[in-house]
Amino acid sequence: MSELLLPPEHRYAKIIKERLNEDGSELSILNLGPTHPATHGIFQNILLMDGERILEAEPTIGYIHRAFEKIAENRPFYQITPLTDRMNYCSSPINNMGWWMTLEKLLNIEVPKRAQYLRVIIMELARITDHLICNSILGVDTGAYTGFLYVFQFREKVYEIYEEICGARLTTNMGRIGGFERDWSPKAFELLDTFLVEFPVAWKEFENLFERNRIFIDRTVNVGAITAEKAMAYGFTGPNLRAAGVDYDVRVAQPYSSYDDFEFNVPVGKSGDTYDRFCVRNAEVWESISIIRQALAKMPEGNEYHANVPDYYLPPKEDVYNNMESLIYHFKIVMGEVPVPVAEIYHPVEGGNGELGFYLVTDGSRTPYRLHFRRPCFIYYQAYPEMIKGALLSDAIVILSSLNVIAGELDA
Amino acid sequence: MALENTAIQDKLIATFGEAVYNFQQERDIFSFEINADQNKAIILFLKNDPELRFHFLTDLCGIHYPDSDVDEQFAVVYHLHNWYENKRIKIKAFLNGEKPEIKTISNIFLSSNWMERETFDFYGVDFIGHPQLKRILNMDEMISHPMRKEFPMEDGGRTDKDDRFFGRTVDNC
Amino acid sequence: MMSDSNIKMVAAPDGVAGEGFFATKLNDVVGMARANSLWPLPFATSCCGIEFMATMASHYDLARFGSERVSFSPRQADMLLVMGTISKKMAPILRQVYEQMAEPKWVIAVGACASSGGIFDTYSVLQGIDKVIPVDVYVPGCPPRPEQIVDGVMKLQELVRTESVRRRSSPEYQELLASYNIK
Repeated sequence: MSELLLPPEHRYAKIIKERLNEDGSELSILNLGPTHPATHGIFQNILLMDGERILEAEPTIGYIHRAFEKIAENRPFYQITPLTDRMNYCSSPINNMGWWMTLEKLLNIEVPKRAQYLRVIIMELARITDHLICNSILGVDTGAYTGFLYVFQFREKVYEIYEEICGARLTTNMGRIGGFERDWSPKAFELLDTFLVEFPVAWKEFENLFERNRIFIDRTVNVGAITAEKAMAYGFTGPNLRAAGVDYDVRVAQPYSSYDDFEFNVPVGKSGDTYDRFCVRNAEVWESISIIRQALAKMPEGNEYHANVPDYYLPPKEDVYNNMESLIYHFKIVMGEVPVPVAEIYHPVEGGNGELGFYLVTDGSRTPYRLHFRRPCFIYYQAYPEMIKGALLSDAIVILSSLNVIAGELDA
Repeated sequence: MALENTAIQDKLIATFGEAVYNFQQERDIFSFEINADQNKAIILFLKNDPELRFHFLTDLCGIHYPDSDVDEQFAVVYHLHNWYENKRIKIKAFLNGEKPEIKTISNIFLSSNWMERETFDFYGVDFIGHPQLKRILNMDEMISHPMRKEFPMEDGGRTDKDDRFFGRTVDNC
Repeated sequence: MMSDSNIKMVAAPDGVAGEGFFATKLNDVVGMARANSLWPLPFATSCCGIEFMATMASHYDLARFGSERVSFSPRQADMLLVMGTISKKMAPILRQVYEQMAEPKWVIAVGACASSGGIFDTYSVLQGIDKVIPVDVYVPGCPPRPEQIVDGVMKLQELVRTESVRRRSSPEYQELLASYNIK
């Protein structure tokens, strides 16, 4: 057990020996360990503290490193989606769609409009669920358990929608090259309509519990503030950056999947503190609801749900058993003998936490030569030690929750 | 006024001459390759120049090419982004296979700190001048660099899975 | 005035009842008490943790089974719910948490990654937590539905109800711990 304690030659141990406060008290080390109730994920921070105040922090990550990039080099392209699911598992459809869009960019495939709109709907639904978890857990960390219970009920409703579309609740593995694997049933649209009627009411209640709540405001205003320049230097993207005042959103800068057909605002905060991050996420949920409504209203007629690319999209099973061509396509796709160009592609999507990028290097074979995920959590978590310098321990917990660090995306 | 590829290319060649080469538009990203020893100067130039203004480092990663010449077996790839003009570029620097080393850019872009540690962890690329170059995702005691092509994906010492059922033999694993 | 018509009481163990007394085996009473008050320690690492959060939330409500107070302190928990992938870097910490728990303690491995490594057959992932700690119930799934997690807890309740009071000091148990090098 002793090998897990701090070695005596660690920097902090030396600082404690050298420095003594005027009133005779010493500095101390606190291990905000990998397993902690308030971190939604496993990452360790060794804190050097002066009483309740944090002077320095040393983070350690990698406790859930599952070697996604190594696995991706050994899997054919369509088998990499389950890996992308498990990165930011609170909003897995966004990761899935991002991966499919990368492949469509590689193969120059044009996805039909209706499939693009369906993708927009499912990605915005996933964004709603991601912000839902983040804000309700931020509430739990400040002591307000009720908000979590109210809104988690709606996460169950979204799970029902996911199940209707793809069969799974959390790790969806949704979509295929060129669209979706099956059309959305009328029940899925019914569930979606019911959700759009009931959820805004509940979200308004959730907002009312927190936004002008004296205790919550005291816990979160001016806590963990970060300036826009610092945020950009540290590579922040997504709601954390927008809370600092910079309105960079990949959906606006580089629209994909027909996002430019919809009108939406990008909510921006002022000071980058925890309260701003909370409010930006709240506002983004409202924007997402509006985008889903617009997509449903403007949905093109018909039931086209995938592009006509027989080289890459598995034919329906009845055709495989009855039709020679479909049989050959099925065989070639599964065995991996599909034409893949040699190229290097980078495709970013706006994930729940920021710019999720897929850097794909192919060499013509059935597996990628190199696949690198630009994970937003990994990049902005570097700023955490600086954000908690000088803060109280309880503030450090609240800052960590508001950053929405998902361990699966951090370590990949 | 949009930032054109030719403007970037001309400015870079004018300032750095032979150290930047192989300019091409790969799909929607303008990419080029550089000499590894000039990476800091080039990236600082790209960041500070009032016309180019590539102020955001999107990504930093490594690639291993074991089949290339010894001088080009590792590559470090930088993705930079200019939000004002919405322009992305990709820079590739090739490194020596036996002793891959390159200067760190962590004092130019604070976000590259952990990305360089990750590249070191996976490939063993030495970033000269990095404040804390140690492993980040794998265990500290690990000696090999797992993303290199010769390193196997599975743990060779595992006892509960029989490699024969996965089609793996001594020859292909 | 609460109506108790829809409250299901736990069945009393077999015994002899009389005027003001109920005689039964100590084992049965202790087993019943333990089974209906299992306090979990959620060791949530990844995606299965979110399904656990759904299980604890109001729709599936694990608190009905006695797991009302989720304890994050190992000393005060009864069952260790390991949810999510355990990597080799995390294994010593899992072991330390297990050793800190007080007897009697049970372990449920929730999800494919905790049971056997899951889809991550790589150099950095521990292929199943039963390589470092003894496991009582395995709940497969990726991630398992909340109903499956609740089923796993119910199976554990069966185990707990029928466990002998003397098991923790028996030589077989000591042998089991010794095989994992746990003192």
